[in-house]
Amino acid sequence: MDIDRVDQIIDKHRAEASSLIQVLLEIQSENNWLPKEALERVSERLEVPLARIQHVATFYKAFSLVPKGKHQIHICMGTACHVRGATRVLDTVQDLTGIKPGETDLDLKFSLETVNCLGCCALGPVMEIDGKTHGKMAPGETADVLESYE
Amino acid sequence: MPRINSSSELKKLREAILASRDQRKPCITLCSGSACQATGSGDVAAGIEAEIEKQGLGGKVEVRKTGCHGFCERGPIIVNHPEESCYFQITPEDVPEIVSQAGNGNKVVDRLLYTDPETDEKIRFESEIPFYKHQERLVFGSNGSIDPKSIDDYLAIGGYAALEKALFKMKSEDVLEEVKKSNLRGRGGGGFPTGRKWEESRKAPGDIKYVIVNADEGDPGAYMDRSLLEGNPHAVLEGLMIGAYAIGSKEGYVYVRQEYPLAVENLAIAIEQAEEYGFLGENILGSGFNFRVIVHKGAGAFVCGESSALMTALEGRTGEPRPKYIHTAVKGVWDNPSVLNNVETWANVPLIINKGADWFTRIGTEKSKGTKIFSLVGKITNTGLVEVPMGMTLRDIIYKIGGGIPGGKKFKAVQTGGPSGGCIPEKLLDLQVGFDELTKAGSMMGSGGMIVMDEDTCMVDVARYFIEFLTDESCGKCVPCREGLRQMLKILTNITKGKGTQGDIELLEELSEVAKEACLCALGTSAPNPFLSTVRYFRDEYEAHIKEKRCPALSCKELTAYHIDPAKCQACMICARKCPVDAIDGGKKTIHIIDQEKCTRCGTCFEVCPSRFNAVQKLSGGPVPAPIAEEERTIVRKSKKK
Repeated sequence: MDIDRVDQIIDKHRAEASSLIQVLLEIQSENNWLPKEALERVSERLEVPLARIQHVATFYKAFSLVPKGKHQIHICMGTACHVRGATRVLDTVQDLTGIKPGETDLDLKFSLETVNCLGCCALGPVMEIDGKTHGKMAPGETADVLESYE
Repeated sequence: MPRINSSSELKKLREAILASRDQRKPCITLCSGSACQATGSGDVAAGIEAEIEKQGLGGKVEVRKTGCHGFCERGPIIVNHPEESCYFQITPEDVPEIVSQAGNGNKVVDRLLYTDPETDEKIRFESEIPFYKHQERLVFGSNGSIDPKSIDDYLAIGGYAALEKALFKMKSEDVLEEVKKSNLRGRGGGGFPTGRKWEESRKAPGDIKYVIVNADEGDPGAYMDRSLLEGNPHAVLEGLMIGAYAIGSKEGYVYVRQEYPLAVENLAIAIEQAEEYGFLGENILGSGFNFRVIVHKGAGAFVCGESSALMTALEGRTGEPRPKYIHTAVKGVWDNPSVLNNVETWANVPLIINKGADWFTRIGTEKSKGTKIFSLVGKITNTGLVEVPMGMTLRDIIYKIGGGIPGGKKFKAVQTGGPSGGCIPEKLLDLQVGFDELTKAGSMMGSGGMIVMDEDTCMVDVARYFIEFLTDESCGKCVPCREGLRQMLKILTNITKGKGTQGDIELLEELSEVAKEACLCALGTSAPNPFLSTVRYFRDEYEAHIKEKRCPALSCKELTAYHIDPAKCQACMICARKCPVDAIDGGKKTIHIIDQEKCTRCGTCFEVCPSRFNAVQKLSGGPVPAPIAEEERTIVRKSKKK
């Protein structure tokens, strides 16, 4: 990620240490992950030790310290989806992609994450890929949906 | 738009907005909340705009994209004003007809109306549909009639009148008294009296004080705060401003999950508009009161819903709770007095100021006043957000509003209060909902998630699910939570896998006791609730798992097997084709057999087997019958016999 862009984000938040999480969130959303150089720059400009940035970046779910795949799969594991069979959907996705939640496959095609409620409980079980919601998933349909992503 | 500098200018502006709107003009309002967007309301919206253009109805028919209407099961939802005919499950194909009928004297499109499942009659108005009829939508009601991105829409329904009343007609202590008198209790979980919290902060020493909106709605299966913030952000802001005035705060925060992009967007727009109009900033409405609001996006940590953890997160650190011998109302963000209330609590404040505490206390039970929004989800016919007066029974909520359990299944339990709550069995269904009533039953109000479970839900697995969730979300500060929950999860997982042993239940109870006593924050102390409440009401299920290695709900994968009944199988090939792991052997005329070695117990065959055959069975607690002999597998079809 371009360091100038990191600087712009930091400037937007007036380089305040209290804005650390907001700065990281913005870098994460633009770049999909937090590269080391970006974190070093944030540490320098916000005057927050790198160790504390690591602490924050590993504590919160939104951050990733490794690159992500082309398609982001989010499987909702909220209670409503759980009682409607979300585990079976997750199992199918794991079998088909060969990755577990939190992982990215070797071709950088898919990244898999579980989330705790996307708030469309009427559609459960829900799988979201790149922001598009696929509702009322059953293992068979899950396979069809995954195949449609190149 | 010039700033509003006085109460009379606000009155004039409101009148001007109302005068510019023709109340008789057809207006198509479309639910554009997150849930409806997931079912395609974005495409419908684009379709309506294009169709109005195409049919030359520009200026004659209006469109308004509103927040969540609550009936998410039937989304996307359209309500046609001024008559308020409502249509459900709209697809882009329905749009031309809706638009042309709206332009043609606002005629009703019969086929899109709601059909009462009991009487088969068409129902035209929201207020007559059973799902809405039994609700009392005081806080949530405006969601469906305003565009959350338009402050004018909010002003048109009387928005910011409560702020004006507080600033010009009441002293700050009167505002506080009114809220205290209303007995409003926190809608986020604990049910702490809001007025008392405010008073503590007001009296606390210090010039800098904060008011904070807790929109870190983390309970899985609860999404009412998101819908309020998405659909009516000004109401939350107005409540926040009134609170700030009451305690003497000049700065407020909204802590909102970044997983709620639409809520963040609508909130940012609302703040910008409020600043422009002079509801936020210096010398608000010329009253001399100053106040500004900052949005802080949460980066995803369930524990940040806890007040002290949320405040540390606001300071830009990891959200870990701290001891609260001194309340956060006295020492909160950067050690300044900070009032933290949940979204729904703030949204109640303008109502109380407008209509008075006496009006508010007439609704609800003795100790729980007002209404509560619940998200009714899980195995329920009408999934959605429902707002009911406190004191309604669970049975009425689930059956009258929710329409009962789908698919002719039997009700088993309802889980309330999120991961810290518990499961309430059928025998307690006549319990009135209220803070203390639910706590007595071993559960809690929480933020209002209500997850309905039927006979197919395994209660041990539900406990395991919540403990897993909490293990994952534990911040790691207290040992009984960090380590104790991990052990509980291990034991519960073993039980669901058929590896449970005698004494497991007692051990779990012991671990629960320690967590309840020795954890710092509510996440830890209430973490054992899902286990304790399920073992209290469904001990037999635990025992069946441990002693008989049987899952009574036929849900635990390791304890369940699938078997095709050779007497019923018609060799239709559907299951064999759908099986994701090719574990089913069979041909067109050959009875199918499941290879138990290959089978992953995903349940696909069980679901796809046509109901007229019903050949796939779930088994638990006993051996799977041996496959029938090869020579008996051929089916001779009668029609083809010669």
